[in-house]
Amino acid sequence: MKKSLSMLLAGAMLLGTLAGCGGDTAADSSQGGSTASGNAFKIGGTAPLTGNVAIYGQAVQNGAQIAVDEINAEGGDIQFDIRFEDDQGQTDLATNAYAVLKDWGMQLSLLSVTTKPGEAIAPLHFEDRIFALTPSASSTAVVEGKDNVFQMCFTDPNQGTASADYIAEQQLGTKIGVIYQTDEVYSVGIYEKFKEEAAAKGLEIVAEESFTTDTQTDFSVQINACRSAGADLIFLPIYYTPASLILTQANAIGYAPKFFGVDGMDGILTVQNFDTSLAEGVMLLTPFNADATDEKTANFVNKYREQFGETPNQFAADAYDCIYAYKQALETAGCTPDMTAEELCEAMMATFPTITFEGLTGDGEGITWQQTGEVSKSPKGMVIENGAYVGME
Amino acid sequence: MQKFKQYARTKAGRDTLISFGIVIVGFVVMQVLLAMGMVSSLLEGLLIPICAYIIMAVSLNLTVGILGELSLGHAGFMSVGAFAGIVASTCLSGTVGFAPLRLAIAIVIGAVCAAIAGVIIGVPVLRLKGDYLAIVTLAFGEIIKNIMNVLYVGLDGAGLHFGLLEQGFELDEEGKMIINGAMGVSGVERLSTFVSGFVLVLITLFLILNLINSRAGRAIMAVRDNKIAADSIGISITSYKLLAFVISAAFAGMAGVLYALNYTTVTANRFDFNTSILVLVFVVLGGLGNIWGSVIAATLLTVLPEVLREVGDFRMLIYAILLIAMMLFNNSPLKQRLLEKRGSKQMEKVSEKEGA
Amino acid sequence: MVLLNHLINGISLGSIYAIIALGYTMVYGIAKMLNFAHGDVIMVGGYMCFCATVYLGWPPLAGIALAVVVCTVLGVVIERLAYKPLRMAPALAVLITAIGVSYFLQNAALLLWGSSTKSFTSVVTGAPIPLFGGQLTVAPVTLVTVAACVVIMVALMLFTSKTKAGTAMRAVSEDKGAAELMGINVNTTISLTFAIGSGLAAIAGVLLCSAYPTLMPTTGSMPGIKAFTAAVFGGIGSIPGAFVGGILLGVIEILAGGYISTQLQNAIVFAVLILVLLVKPDGLLGKRMSEKV
Repeated sequence: MKKSLSMLLAGAMLLGTLAGCGGDTAADSSQGGSTASGNAFKIGGTAPLTGNVAIYGQAVQNGAQIAVDEINAEGGDIQFDIRFEDDQGQTDLATNAYAVLKDWGMQLSLLSVTTKPGEAIAPLHFEDRIFALTPSASSTAVVEGKDNVFQMCFTDPNQGTASADYIAEQQLGTKIGVIYQTDEVYSVGIYEKFKEEAAAKGLEIVAEESFTTDTQTDFSVQINACRSAGADLIFLPIYYTPASLILTQANAIGYAPKFFGVDGMDGILTVQNFDTSLAEGVMLLTPFNADATDEKTANFVNKYREQFGETPNQFAADAYDCIYAYKQALETAGCTPDMTAEELCEAMMATFPTITFEGLTGDGEGITWQQTGEVSKSPKGMVIENGAYVGME
Repeated sequence: MQKFKQYARTKAGRDTLISFGIVIVGFVVMQVLLAMGMVSSLLEGLLIPICAYIIMAVSLNLTVGILGELSLGHAGFMSVGAFAGIVASTCLSGTVGFAPLRLAIAIVIGAVCAAIAGVIIGVPVLRLKGDYLAIVTLAFGEIIKNIMNVLYVGLDGAGLHFGLLEQGFELDEEGKMIINGAMGVSGVERLSTFVSGFVLVLITLFLILNLINSRAGRAIMAVRDNKIAADSIGISITSYKLLAFVISAAFAGMAGVLYALNYTTVTANRFDFNTSILVLVFVVLGGLGNIWGSVIAATLLTVLPEVLREVGDFRMLIYAILLIAMMLFNNSPLKQRLLEKRGSKQMEKVSEKEGA
Repeated sequence: MVLLNHLINGISLGSIYAIIALGYTMVYGIAKMLNFAHGDVIMVGGYMCFCATVYLGWPPLAGIALAVVVCTVLGVVIERLAYKPLRMAPALAVLITAIGVSYFLQNAALLLWGSSTKSFTSVVTGAPIPLFGGQLTVAPVTLVTVAACVVIMVALMLFTSKTKAGTAMRAVSEDKGAAELMGINVNTTISLTFAIGSGLAAIAGVLLCSAYPTLMPTTGSMPGIKAFTAAVFGGIGSIPGAFVGGILLGVIEILAGGYISTQLQNAIVFAVLILVLLVKPDGLLGKRMSEKV
């Protein structure tokens, strides 16, 4: 009996909120399932807004928001209503977040920001026939076997192969060290393809070091191993947060090999207070360059800086592109907001493989999609000089 | 009927009836609401996790509340159960067509594996005391997570293949990776259903309540309350401690299977220290040794963060404040006074009745 | 040479664990509670120093001072608001409250400073020091950390054995009731302990971020758990124990990563801990508690 009172208190509090929330959902479903009530398309997505990968989720949320604000301000036929739900980068929470979005009446989805939650909720999108275009969930397993899930980012294997080819062609290094993250699908995916392609091109990999989310605060062991193996180029198929630490720690012990990254490395110059001189000479393949001078990019970067006080990374750019790609596809297919999610899904599946989209990411030739949902765009090779990206020859 | 009333009047009887009552009423209400289509997809999606967390909380209550030993690594057993269950259900997908049967077999295998882990861990751990025991359970939880992160299991025509640290085996063309190291499992067939979760909760309650009210249960509580006294009347401390610990681990394994088979993707990092702590919070908030308290606390606290989505960015902050507030309230003089007031009112009522 | 290199890295990591563990052990010895929020106080210390040096442009020493002051106040406030009302409550209630405080600090930091990683400028500058003709290099921050760790340990030992306040602490740790009867103000003593523990956490935070310069809201959690392990390893409640435990834990972690596998690094650390506790159930330097009937 002693505990019962406090339980009652907690229960009453919860029931109060639940009742309020229950009311909402009842109202939503009475409006006819997943059809929007207003004249805007409802776009939803799950993203890690808190937790240790929140940085990517917030970038996507911000990037998408800018695109939606721009489109809505223009006042054209196509208007968007966007909503992100927090998944903390975890698969089960992503499932919950997806359910919340479904209750809200989501018509078009941005799937998830990170790969593992994307793999978890892609089958749910497939079953529920809700079309998804993910800005950044990049493994092939995300789209495989799901005809209505598309990607805006490169798939992982693509990048691994491209990196190995590039290093071999340019003869950037003879002894290669790799540091990758074993519990990140993205990282492992790139690494495996890289290893395969490197063997085919006759590159010698002298050290293969790995780390996990739990151990990404200290890289002294991995750096030492690369150093004692005599690696003159270190390939980093990882995100820029651990990469910034690797650069700093290598510098602290006076070890200076060449570093080669992939699109996850983009953003390293924006890490607050990061000594960008450490990143001098770092090479990376990226679809987006915040320093590009074309009008579109400059406009986006300026707005982003104004609103959020940071320089956008490729996650934000991919999300921005997702919204505009949706706009273009919806216009092409002549969709209206009163269509159900299922009707939209059919229309989008038919339209996306046919359009060519010009966005912030990718090079001048435009972005296209295959029937499978994979994107075709070519990465840009960049090298960091004087704290800015410069295109590599 | 008379017997029933008498049973309900004992403390054990009342607790048992309340526990079952809550679960069955909850199940019936949800079924009715589901049938009427009044349940949001969010709540529908939470039903199976709630069942799994109830089982976790009830089983941890056996260790923490009844046996009186703090365990900070309960999620480790959940992990063992989850992965064993997934391997079992994948292996059987060709031979056993009937999904509930496959789920049942997977649950049993998960429970057995978790129990084995319980024995391996329990034998050394239970020699320690207090906070030292707590830290060692934490350590084992982390070790299990770490090992699951480097475990590779594949299935092909030749049977199961295992690898540690690296894949180390090649599969034939028909082969399929089941557990892929730190990337965990993907493409799991979702076998868990709300009904199976409900049945599993009933079984758990039945077995654990029976254990608590049995001779063994009283022996376990005697060990908790006074080890030396229990020893002096011939209760084998080690074996009863181990018994409670292993049973607790087995149920956590079951919960793990139920939980894992509800999602298409599972990674070992899901079952980390934070999950252990989460379940511990259910137990402490529900009351040590109070089984129905665990049931309610697990349900409420699983739903709470989802409900708090309404407040957006402040969600987890408010969750933290509520947690602190509830703990403070539970132990505050204010609550004591309220309880006394209520008690005296009840006394008045009783005396009025007697007077009339 | 590789071994020596690993040892240097291990001692560098271990001395940070040791400073955190010293704070843990102080609080545990006196308040008899596992303060799971300790790791997050470290994170707050890191952010404070970061804000002072980067946003306000203060010199590093002023940054450290600000971090120490803020964390000390924070520690005392947390103790007053969240732990003091539970002094009579069961230990588990306090444990859960501490976890609540930990969630609170992490999420408050997320709201205040955002999720993006900040790169911490080391408070210790200078070129790496070459040894053996450049085959080995030692980062200056390593030397400072180790020195700070030793100084703090010695200071704490002198404080608890020589000063009046320190003796009061030991008395409270032995027997709260008896200490009160002897005219010791138990509440003040416990507050003082939290103040010292949190001040140490601030220093640990600054050094942690200087050696491993990424700063985010979850920065403190894993080092917090590791340091907790280190404190138990050395015998919780014992000051030299926390020091020895911390250094050993760091060295084992790096050696395990270097010679066995970085994948199993944490598993090996915890396995060693278990083995040690099985042989010495009260940690390396812990006091043997006799059982009362």
